[in-house]
Amino acid sequence: MAYPYVSDREVRILSKYFGDPKQRHVDTYVERGGYKALEKALGMGPDDVVDVVKSSGLRGRGGAGFPTGVKWSFMPKEQRKPHYLLCNADESEPGTFKDRELMRWDPHQLIEGCLIGAHAIRAQHVYIYCRGEFFEANQVLARAVEDAYGKGYIGENIFDSGHTIDVTVHQGAGAYICGEETGMMNSLEGKRGEPRIKPPFPAAVGAFGKPSTINNVETLCAIPHIVANGGEWYRQYGTEKSPGTKLFCVSGHVNKPGNYELPLGFPLIELIEDVCGGMRDGNALKAVIPGGSSVPLINAEEARACSLDYEGCLEVGTMLGCASVIVMDETADIVKQVRRMVDFYAHESCGQCTPCREGTTWTAQILRRIENGKGTEDDLDTLMEMTQNMVGTTICVLSDSVAAPVQSSIEKFRDEYLALIRRGERMGVA
Amino acid sequence: MPVTLTIDGHEVTVPKGTTILEAAKRIGQEVPHYCYHPGMSSPAMCRLCLVEVEGAPKPIPSCVTTVMDGQVVHTQSDQAKSNRQAVLEFYLVNHPLDCPICDMSGECDLQDYVHEEGRESGRSREPKRIFGRDDFGGDVLFYGDRCVMCTRCVRFMSEVEQDSRLTVVERGSRSVIDTFFDEGLDGTHWHGNIVDICPVGALVSKDFLHKARAWDLEHTPSVCTSCSQGCNIELHTRDNLVQRLKPRENLDVNGWWMCDHGRDNYEWINQGGRIEAPLIRDGNGGSKAVAWKEALTALLEKAGDAGKGTVRAVASPLASNEDLGALKALVDALGGGDSVFRSARAEQEIVLKGFPSLARRRDLAANTTGAELVGLARTGADDASGGLDEVSGHGGVLVVLGDALADQDADFGKNAALYVYLGSHESAASAHADLVLPVTTFAEQEGTFTNLSGRVQRFWPGLEAPGMARPPWLILGALVAELTEAEAPRSAADAFAALGGRVPAFSGLTYDDLGDRGAVVNEPVSISGD
Repeated sequence: MAYPYVSDREVRILSKYFGDPKQRHVDTYVERGGYKALEKALGMGPDDVVDVVKSSGLRGRGGAGFPTGVKWSFMPKEQRKPHYLLCNADESEPGTFKDRELMRWDPHQLIEGCLIGAHAIRAQHVYIYCRGEFFEANQVLARAVEDAYGKGYIGENIFDSGHTIDVTVHQGAGAYICGEETGMMNSLEGKRGEPRIKPPFPAAVGAFGKPSTINNVETLCAIPHIVANGGEWYRQYGTEKSPGTKLFCVSGHVNKPGNYELPLGFPLIELIEDVCGGMRDGNALKAVIPGGSSVPLINAEEARACSLDYEGCLEVGTMLGCASVIVMDETADIVKQVRRMVDFYAHESCGQCTPCREGTTWTAQILRRIENGKGTEDDLDTLMEMTQNMVGTTICVLSDSVAAPVQSSIEKFRDEYLALIRRGERMGVA
Repeated sequence: MPVTLTIDGHEVTVPKGTTILEAAKRIGQEVPHYCYHPGMSSPAMCRLCLVEVEGAPKPIPSCVTTVMDGQVVHTQSDQAKSNRQAVLEFYLVNHPLDCPICDMSGECDLQDYVHEEGRESGRSREPKRIFGRDDFGGDVLFYGDRCVMCTRCVRFMSEVEQDSRLTVVERGSRSVIDTFFDEGLDGTHWHGNIVDICPVGALVSKDFLHKARAWDLEHTPSVCTSCSQGCNIELHTRDNLVQRLKPRENLDVNGWWMCDHGRDNYEWINQGGRIEAPLIRDGNGGSKAVAWKEALTALLEKAGDAGKGTVRAVASPLASNEDLGALKALVDALGGGDSVFRSARAEQEIVLKGFPSLARRRDLAANTTGAELVGLARTGADDASGGLDEVSGHGGVLVVLGDALADQDADFGKNAALYVYLGSHESAASAHADLVLPVTTFAEQEGTFTNLSGRVQRFWPGLEAPGMARPPWLILGALVAELTEAEAPRSAADAFAALGGRVPAFSGLTYDDLGDRGAVVNEPVSISGD
C-alpha cells in the first residue's frame, strides 16, 4: 500500500485501494464487496436508481458540477432508440490526474459505476472513452472489462436480472478537445474531434445520433458507493450544496503533491499547509489555480479564504472545476505560467470557431512577446479585450478557458507583466 | 405553421423551422456569414452570424437557430456589431491582406465585411502564419493564407458532389484545407463550384487566374448552352470577351451550381474570324459584301426565281426559340418542307448527387427541346454529324442556321436553287451558299431557350455583335414579313410573341412572365432519343 502520500485528514472512499495492485483483480474486488451495488441496482427500477443518485446530491466531477441524477433524468423514459452511456475518461486538463489513478488502481469500481449508470438511463452499451496517452490505464481497464465479462458482470442477463449491458473501452488519440462531450461523441463515431452545436443536447441526439449521457470517471466511481449506502450516507460528507468527497490533484510547489480524497468544503489553505505538508522550502504562497488550468487563478489572500466546494470557489472569483489544485510559490513566474497554459490551448483548439482558432494562438504570441521583454502596456489592454471577445462566442468553452487565466493574472499580477515590459523598455528591445 | 418574430424592430412572419438568418433576409437584412450556405449543412463555426436575441444569455448563431414566436432579435445592436468587429479582427490576424494581387478582390466577403464593420486598424503585431499555395487539381488553386476555414468547400465535395476529395487537416490555427494524398480534385465534375462558394480568395480558378479584376467585369444574366439542363448563369465579360461563366441561383433548375463541363465551355463564344457583313456570291467563286437591305432584297428575288417548292432547313440547337420559330415561319412562307437539327449527345448523364434534379444532360446543346417544340426533327449521329444526305443535294431552297456543317464537304448545297447560310463563321460547306448572312451568338442577343423539362428561360446580350451581325429572328422575321401578312418583329419580345401565335406550347407566355427565372411551356414535354 505504498501510494505516494496519504493524509489522515482524508476520507478515502473512491481512493481506498490506491496503491494496492490486488484491487485490479476481479476476485479481490468481489471479495471486498464489489458488484454488490450492481446487483442491488439491477433489482431496482431505473428511475429508482436515478432517485437515489438525486438524493445524494452528487455533482458531476468533470468540471461543470452539474447534478448527476438530474442529468440522468433528462434521458427519454421510453427506449425508442438505443441509449448510450459514455464514460469520459479523456482526462487531459492540465493539472488533473485523478481519473488516471481511479482507472489504474480500481478499474472494477468504474466498471460497476458504468453498469449502474447504464441501467439508470436504460442503456445497453457503455463506451469508456479513455485518453490515448493513458497506456497503463487502457490496459488495466481492458483487462478488467474482459474479466468482468468472464464472470458475467458484463454481458447478457447480468445477475439473472434479464438486463444486458455491454462495455467497450475506446482508446482516444490524445486530443484535449475530445474530452468535451460532443467532441468525444464525434471522435467515437470516427469523425474529427470537433464539438457539436447544442441544441440538440446529447440526451436527445448524442453518440451515433442516439440519446446519450456522458459522465466523468470520478462521478461514475462514486455511484456504487451511493447505491450501496444510500444518498443520505453520501451527504454526511461535504457541504449542503456540494455533498460527498472529491479527489484533489495537488501539484506545484508543495512538499507532498498528489491525489487526496477530501470532503468537499475543505479549506484550501489547510489542504496546502496540512495535507500537503506546506510550501516547498518554506517559501511564501503566491497563487493557486484551484480547478485546473481553465479556471481563474487566485492570489494568496484569496486562497486563504477559499473553501474547496463549488460555491466556495465562486465566492473568491474562481471555480472548483475538476479540483486540480496548482500551487505556485513566490518563485513562480506568473507570465510564463500563463503563457504555457495558453500555449496548451492554442495547441489543442480544434480550429472550428474563429475566435478560438485565431485568438488562442494570438494570445500566446502576445504573451511570449511580453515574456521576451518586447511587450507594451497596450498589449495588456489588447489581451484583456481580445480574450473577452473569446468568451461566450464559440461552440464549446475551450476559448473561454483561455480568458480565465489571462484575465485573472493581468488583474491580480499586473505588476509582473509591467516589470517585464519595463525591463524590456530599459534594455531597449521593445 | 407560421411564426411571428421581431427583427431589428420589424415584425416578420415566416414558416416554422426557418432560421433567424433566413428570416432576416425577408426584411432585407443580410447577416454577415461565411460557413453558412443555403445549399449545405451549417456547422455554425465562423461565428460571424451571431446575433443578439433578447433573453438569451449568449449571442446566438443565426444560421442554425430557428425562429420562435415572439422572439426579439437584434442584428444591428451594439452587441451584435461589436461581436462582428471582434470576429473580423480575429480573421485578419493571419490573413495576408494581399488584396492587390488576389483574384477575389472586389467580390470578397472578407473585404466587404471588414470595410463595413471592421476596426479601423488591426492590433496584431505578430508574424503571420504561412501556408503558401497548393494545386488542388482540376481547375482549382488553393491559397492557404487567405482561407477563413469556413469549410464550405469540404462540405460541397462531401455533401453535394458526394465525392469527398477535401478535408481539414491539423487543428487550431494550424488547420488547413487539403486533398487526400495526391488525388486532388482531378476527375470530379462539379468542383468549379467550390471556387464560387469560397467567400474569400482561398480557392481560385486556374483558368481565370490574374485574368481580370472583379470590378472590371460586366455581369449579364444568361443560360448555359452546354447541355439541355439550362443552368442559369452569368456571363462575366470584359473587353467584349467572355472571361468566365458563373452559376446564377435558380432553385427550380440548378440551385446555386453548374458543372465544370459547362463552366469551361466558353472560349467558342470569343472565337474571332467572324462573318461581319452579308455576302452575296456571284457563282464564280467571288463574293461581295453588301448592306442588309441589298442582301435581303437579293434573297427575296432569288427566292421568287426558285419558285414555290420543297424547302429544306438545317438549324443548330444553340439557336433560340425565337430564331427557330422565325426559321420555321420562313420555311412555311417559302412553300414548306422539312426542318432538322443535329445535337451532340453524351453517353450518359452526370448527376449532382446532392442536388439530383441537376445533371449534365445527354443532349449537349441548350435548345433541343425548343427545336422539337417548334417542329424541327432530330437527325444525325450522337456526335452531331451526318443525317444530311437528302439536304446536301437538295435542288430547291436550302436554309442553314447556325450549324457549322463541319462534317460536310464543299459540295454541300451545290444543287440548291437558293442556298442561304446564316452563321457566325464561314465553313467549307458554305462555299456554295448564294447568300451568307452574319448572325449573332446567344451571348450577343436577347432570346429564350427551352430546357429538357420544358422550362423557357431568357438570356440577355453581354457582348457587342461584330460588324453587321444581327439576331436570326430579326433577319428571318423581316423576310417572313415581306412574304406574308405578318408584321416584322422589332424586338425579341415581339419575336417570342409571334412564336406563341404559331406554336401552341409557347402561346400566352410573355417575356414579363418569364422574368429571370423562366416558366414551363404549356404542354408536357417528351424528349426524343431517351
